[in-house]
Amino acid sequence: MISFEKVYKRYPNGHEALSGISFALERGEMAFLTGPSGAGKSTLLKLIALIERPTRGSVIVNSRNTARVSRRRIPGFRRRIGVVFQDHKLLHDRSVFDNVALPLVIAGFGPRETGRRVRAALDQVGLRGREQDAPITLSTGEQQRVGIARAVASRPDVVIADEPTGNLDPELSREIMRLLRRFNEVGVTLLIATHDLQLVEEFGHRRISLAAGQIAGDGLAPDAPPGYRSTFPDRRGSPP
Amino acid sequence: MGAALRYFRLHRQNLSGAIGRLLRHPLGSLLTVLVIAVALALPAGLRVLVNNVGALSGTWEGAADFTVYLADAVSEERARALANDIGARDEVAEVAFISRADALEEFRTQSGFGAALDALDENPLPHALVVRPELSTVGEMQALAESLAALEETALVQLDTEWVERLRAMLVLIERAVDIVSALVALGVVLVIGNTIRLEINNRSTEIEVMKLVGGSDGFIRRPFLYLGFCYGLAGALVAALLIAASLGLLAAPVGALAELYASAWSLTGLGLRDTAILIGGGAALGWAGAWLAAARHLRAIEPT
Ligand SMILES: Nc1ncnc2c1ncn2[C@@H]1O[C@H](COP(=O)(O)OP(=O)(O)O)[C@@H](O)[C@H]1O
Ligand SMILES: [Mg+2]
Repeated sequence: MISFEKVYKRYPNGHEALSGISFALERGEMAFLTGPSGAGKSTLLKLIALIERPTRGSVIVNSRNTARVSRRRIPGFRRRIGVVFQDHKLLHDRSVFDNVALPLVIAGFGPRETGRRVRAALDQVGLRGREQDAPITLSTGEQQRVGIARAVASRPDVVIADEPTGNLDPELSREIMRLLRRFNEVGVTLLIATHDLQLVEEFGHRRISLAAGQIAGDGLAPDAPPGYRSTFPDRRGSPP
Repeated sequence: MGAALRYFRLHRQNLSGAIGRLLRHPLGSLLTVLVIAVALALPAGLRVLVNNVGALSGTWEGAADFTVYLADAVSEERARALANDIGARDEVAEVAFISRADALEEFRTQSGFGAALDALDENPLPHALVVRPELSTVGEMQALAESLAALEETALVQLDTEWVERLRAMLVLIERAVDIVSALVALGVVLVIGNTIRLEINNRSTEIEVMKLVGGSDGFIRRPFLYLGFCYGLAGALVAALLIAASLGLLAAPVGALAELYASAWSLTGLGLRDTAILIGGGAALGWAGAWLAAARHLRAIEPT
């Protein structure tokens, strides 16, 4: 579903954020992307959503090599990827409903289908009945759930999340992670960047750890609880 | 769900969205609309002025008479018969015969040269016919004048429309000037709306970024701004049309009084259907164009980071 092959990313200021990244995420797989601040997690996710392009190497998403996606085709490419941000990126002059509906309107769904899907998505994140509220009236955790509802509303094949729990307390973080995992359980390929190692170990999925732009480890968290064993075990030796 | 239906729904949403946006900041929107309206009212008002002066010159032109001075040798009987002949023509409304004696009498009383005329042995004035044509165009007038001049009894035909011709030439020049002013104003309106849309794009950069992130195409993101520009142009043109109508309303009374003094039926005419359509359609198109330029230049620069 997602595959990186010897990917390098050098920003215009000369800083090399990624140096020779290779990994693959199968369809329906879930993985955490960990590493200290500045390790290159956000950069890696941006390459998946074509917010940035690699300097070298190939990034393949949904069987499409991102290098061959022209500027004009980026919107269509992005419609098949759901993105969750640490700061939610909600539009504050629109209702919860309109925020979640945005990708559906863009994809050209009619009002009835849009309404149906928005309500379904809000239901899934536990915000049924909050459609007409302004995002500003919601708590941070609830705002993040609106962000998740928006990311999954058009039922994308891939969802990437960049520090989705960065602003939340441990209990809320756990809730958000459980919510995301539920989408994985129905088949969505999921890659979550986080520096919350405790949470990662608790969930015990595959973990790709970055350090200074390189892969420092790729495999299951050390004490993954049974039942969360990835079908795609260790590719890179043991985790750190 | 037909693609056409979807398309129309999107456009309807964009239109109502643009109107909503204008109404959300009524003062700022009103100011922009007024700037556009005043700018558009300038060339449109000049056009009205030119049209009215043109119409006025037309009525004068139609009223212009010929004076046909007959040769000295023509007798009074012959002259009267000629007056009847000419008066019977289709293209002539009426003919007045002025005998040399009447002409002298009139000249004597009006000119103040009575004593000098008395010193002359004989009346130096010829018989004359004042011909009022039934025609309107300059070409027809010219043709009539030529046919009158061709008569063997005619000594001289005086057609006093030269000043009308001069006025027409001047009007052509002024019309050209109005065209130039219109072009400049059009450019100004495009720039004003372009700048307004540029500010709007900057204010909404977060929204644009999010739309790009969830897969909004350039066209999808651009469309609300095009509609906004369209609405600015349309509203500006409508207000301009109102400004002109109001100005004409203010002028109607004094113009009526003036026309009455001249016993003329002439009255001010407004923009007219065609020019109003051009004003409103042009205003909307200029708004669209200004927004398009701004969108082409500035939307691309906003990318998610
Ligand atoms: N747009 C950019 N221009 C230059 N350097 C950047 C840019 N974005 C990120 N970086 C640098 O690249 C490195 C990796 O950043 P990032 O991918 O955001 O790491 P993480 O998300 O793991 O904290 C950091 O050193 C950061 O300063
Ligand atoms: Mg980051």
